[in-house]
Amino acid sequence: MIEGWLDDFLVRAVLAGLMVAAVAGPLGAFVVWRRMAYFGDTISHSALLGVALGFLLGLNLNLMVTLVCVLIAVLLVFLQRRQELASDTLLGILAHSALSLGIVAVTFIEGLRVDLMAYLFGDILAVGTNDLLAIAIGGGIALVMLMLLWRPLLALTVHEELARVEGVPVVAVRLGLMLLIALVIAAAMQVVGVLLITALMIIPAASARRFAATPEQMAVLAAVLGMLAVGAGLWGSFVYDTPTGPSIVVAAMLGFILIHLLPGRLFAPFGGR
Amino acid sequence: MPKPELDQKPLLDARDISLEFGGKLILDRVSVQIQPAEVAVVIGPNGAGKTSLLRVLLGLWSPTRGRVQRRSGLRIGYMPQRLQIEPVLPLSVHRFLTLRQRAAKEELLARLEQVGVPHLLGKAVQSLSGGEMQRVLLARALLNRPNLLVLDEPAQGVDVVGQGEVFRLIDDIRRETGCGVLMVSHDLHLVMAGADAVICLNQHVCCTGRPEEVSRHPEYQRLFPTGDVQGIGIYRHDHNHVHDLHGEVHDLHGHGTDDCHHEHGSTKR
Repeated sequence: MIEGWLDDFLVRAVLAGLMVAAVAGPLGAFVVWRRMAYFGDTISHSALLGVALGFLLGLNLNLMVTLVCVLIAVLLVFLQRRQELASDTLLGILAHSALSLGIVAVTFIEGLRVDLMAYLFGDILAVGTNDLLAIAIGGGIALVMLMLLWRPLLALTVHEELARVEGVPVVAVRLGLMLLIALVIAAAMQVVGVLLITALMIIPAASARRFAATPEQMAVLAAVLGMLAVGAGLWGSFVYDTPTGPSIVVAAMLGFILIHLLPGRLFAPFGGR
Repeated sequence: MPKPELDQKPLLDARDISLEFGGKLILDRVSVQIQPAEVAVVIGPNGAGKTSLLRVLLGLWSPTRGRVQRRSGLRIGYMPQRLQIEPVLPLSVHRFLTLRQRAAKEELLARLEQVGVPHLLGKAVQSLSGGEMQRVLLARALLNRPNLLVLDEPAQGVDVVGQGEVFRLIDDIRRETGCGVLMVSHDLHLVMAGADAVICLNQHVCCTGRPEEVSRHPEYQRLFPTGDVQGIGIYRHDHNHVHDLHGEVHDLHGHGTDDCHHEHGSTKR
């Protein structure tokens, strides 16, 4: 019965969007707390390179995207430690090179017409049953990992040295975070596209801040707000016939603006500023 | 091995520590020993390698040469130089104190009371003043019952009155718990009276000894030309309260201040 239900492309789209938002929101909270927005952008831009490699080698796309994202993330951390270039310069170089390299590589693939726009801005309405399964597995793994890493990650975010003295395995936890980001990017690529994934992570998290008194509240609220944005964006895209990925981001942005227009005293009971 | 002998061992024993970064020598054959219940102060001008030494002693960095030996069962309570938490991270003092280890509320309150700020438990960390934050950091360092407190410029970002209070607090804690203290400072006069041993650092150990000895040492006077011996003793141990066994603070108004200059025999109450 469920299978018959999943035959509806709109149902698949809604489910895919909700699953991605549920994990992108909490992870986005960390991206915001750790000032990693540009870092996330750089990693997601490199996802296209994974797509190209997946096609060329005939391997599973999600797997290749995850792999390439992790590799780029590790490369970035390594380069940042050398500190010859400022972090933002390095990120700028890598983000745009990876994106361009990905686009060039994709066009080299012969005998295959790849819909570039679908990868750049997402194609949630084309999510098939297998894609849905891949998103559920990737997103599920990411969510479980995030729960397991939550406390050490939070300790690391507050003060890295203090965390190390107190016995947090800093390198392992950081690698875990990279893997998490890569997994979420692979899962979210089809929903909003490589160019807009970071938005799905940071906008709901930034909106959630006003209501949250604890890190956990902020993470859960980010997930809820992200899911609302997905719902509203899909609806808007259906009604106004607009591209879905950007519509979801626009919905998230409208929510962000609305929340920040509300007077501050409304948030006082929640401990917001 | 008989136990008393074990207790005489230094908490930390660092021998001939050298540290290089990109061919640049940061620390040059530095040896430091921290004895139980002793307050050791590392002092030196900016860029002398004080914080680097602390990182090596804490085990955050491994030295290029030399080795650091810790007594077995050593529990370190670390108080970093400063802590700035992004305003976008909603975090109460309660949550901050329990980030690494769960603890009962009574325990948290007792530690906060020990540093004089039990009322801060429910506050957002971003709303604290510099002095309040230092106290909360100190309370957190005390949570795992350390036998060595490591403090990096504990009075940084605190006004002059507050600085004296912070050092007085540290001395109180040392007296109550008998833990060793390793402190980094750039101002000897502030910590002078409370220190048992001073290590004057400028890449290498310039001189070491009791505070009065160090302040008269030519190497020290060359590094700190304005340092006048008269200035010693800004930080005095004035009791205006006592702590009972539960860490509760009782004011002693009306009683004369007992102006003890840290006689080490008189730590029992």
